[in-house]
Amino acid sequence: MRKFISTEKIKELINKDTKIIPTIFILILLVFWQFVVDIGLIERYILPSPKNIILTLIKILPEIKIHVVATLQEAISGFSIAIILSIILAVLMDSIKIIKKAIYPLLIISQTVPIIALAPLFMMWFGLGKLPKIIVVVLVCFFPIVISLLDGLESVDKDMLNLIKSMGGSKFQIFKIVKFPSSIVSFFSGLRIAATYSIMGAVIGEWLGGKEGLGLYMLRAKHAFKLDKVFAVIIVIVILSMTLFKIISLMQYLFMPWTRES
Amino acid sequence: MNSCHNKLKVKNITKYYQDILVIDDISIDLNQNEFVSILGPSGSGKSTLFNIIAGLIKPDKGKVIIEGRDYTKVTGRVSYMYQKDLLLPWKKIIDNVALPYYIKGKDKKEARELVKDYFDIFGLKGFEYKYPFQLSGGMRQRAALMRTYMFSKDIILLDEPFGGLDAITKSKMQYWLLGVLEKLKASVLFITHDIEEAIFLSDRIYILSDRPAKVKEKVYIDLPKPRNKDITTSDEFNNIKRHILSIL
Repeated sequence: MRKFISTEKIKELINKDTKIIPTIFILILLVFWQFVVDIGLIERYILPSPKNIILTLIKILPEIKIHVVATLQEAISGFSIAIILSIILAVLMDSIKIIKKAIYPLLIISQTVPIIALAPLFMMWFGLGKLPKIIVVVLVCFFPIVISLLDGLESVDKDMLNLIKSMGGSKFQIFKIVKFPSSIVSFFSGLRIAATYSIMGAVIGEWLGGKEGLGLYMLRAKHAFKLDKVFAVIIVIVILSMTLFKIISLMQYLFMPWTRES
Repeated sequence: MNSCHNKLKVKNITKYYQDILVIDDISIDLNQNEFVSILGPSGSGKSTLFNIIAGLIKPDKGKVIIEGRDYTKVTGRVSYMYQKDLLLPWKKIIDNVALPYYIKGKDKKEARELVKDYFDIFGLKGFEYKYPFQLSGGMRQRAALMRTYMFSKDIILLDEPFGGLDAITKSKMQYWLLGVLEKLKASVLFITHDIEEAIFLSDRIYILSDRPAKVKEKVYIDLPKPRNKDITTSDEFNNIKRHILSIL
C-alpha cells in the first residue's frame, strides 16, 4: 500500500522524525547524567542529578514566582523599547545615507564591548532598581533587530522600486507599499533572536545586584551552594526564552500568511 | 485595422553610460491599437530604452512624445511590465492588481471595486483572494499584466514578459495575450529576443543591432488577424522569419 502515501503524509513523517531524533538524544544524555550522579562518580553537591533538579524546581516554584514576574517585566519592557528604537534607527539609516555611514561602524563597535563590564556601571549610575536591567536588555536586543531590519530594507528588489516609481509613487508610498512589508520577514528573524536574548539580558543585569529577579535568586542560590536551585532556575530561564521565541514565531504565522508557504 | 492616430513617438533617443554609447539615435512610433515589437539581442540596451520611455531615465539626446506632449523624464504616464512578475507576496492578487489605484490614493474598497470586473477578461476569475505564491508562473504573469493594464489602459510597455516561462506556457500565454488585447484596445510596445514571438504577436517589428542599439530595420507583419498557432508554420510566417534572420 506504500504508493498510496501522499506527499503530505511523507512530509509529516519527516517532520516527526526531526523531533524524534533530538528528543531521543536528549533523553539519553539525561539518563547518562542521572546514572553518573547515582553511582557516585560525581558528588551530588557538585552536580545535582536531573531528578534532584526537577524535584527542587517543583519545590521552589511558589517562591520564585515574584522573581519570574520581575525578570519578565524587565525583559519585555527592554525588548519593546529595543524594537521601537531599532525601527526608528533602521528607517533613518536606510533613508538618509549619511546617517548610516556615521552610525553603522559605531553599532558594530558597540557589540564588541562586553556587556558584563558595562552592566555594573549602569548599576552605579541608575541604582539597583529595574532601570539598569532594562538598559542591559535594550542593549543586547537592539543590535540583531537593527541589523536584520536594515538588511531587509536594503535587499528590496530594485525592479520593484522602479515599478512603483514608474507608476509615479512617492518616496513614502515606496516605503509603505514595498520596502517595509518586504523587510518584515528579516525583521522577524531579528526579533526571534532578540527575544531569546532579552531574558538572558535581564538575568545578567540582575546577577550584578538588585532586589528581585531570577538572576538575583540564582546568585543567592550559588552563594549558598544550592546548585540544584541554580539548575532549576536555568530550566525556568530556558522555558521563558523558548516561550518568547515561540510567541514571535506564532505572530509571524498569524500576521504574515504569505510566509507559510514552506 | 490600425487607425494611424499616433500615440507614442520616441524621437532620436541617444544614451551614454559612462562614455559608452548604449542607445544610438533610436526613433520609434507606436500608433493606436498597434502592437509593436522591439527585437534585439540580450543586453543591447532595450530595457534602458524602456526605462527612458517610462520616464525613469533621462536620455542624453532625444524626446519622448505621448499624444503630442513631451514626456521625457516624466514618470506615471505609460504602464510598464517587467520579465519578473514583481507581485507583492504579502498582498492578495486583487490588491496586487489594484496597486496602481492605491498609489493614486484610492482606498481599499474603491480600488477593489475598480479592478473587480477585469478578472474575467484576464482569465483570473476565482483567483482574486489568493496570494501570489499560490499561483503558477503563467497565472502570475497574467496578474502582472492586469496590474500593468490597470495603471495605464492605452500605452503598455512589456519587457520580455514571457521570458521566464517554459516554452509550452509561453506559447499559451502569447495566444492568450492576443485574445486579451483584442478586447482591450491598447497600444503595446513589446521587447523580446525571440523572433517567432515577435512575428506572431506584432503588427510591426523594429530590429535593433547589438551595442550600441540602433534601429537596423522596420519590418511590417501583414499576417491576418486574429492569429492562431497554425500561422507559425505557414509560408508567409517563415518568409518573414528568414528575412529577419538575414538582417540579424
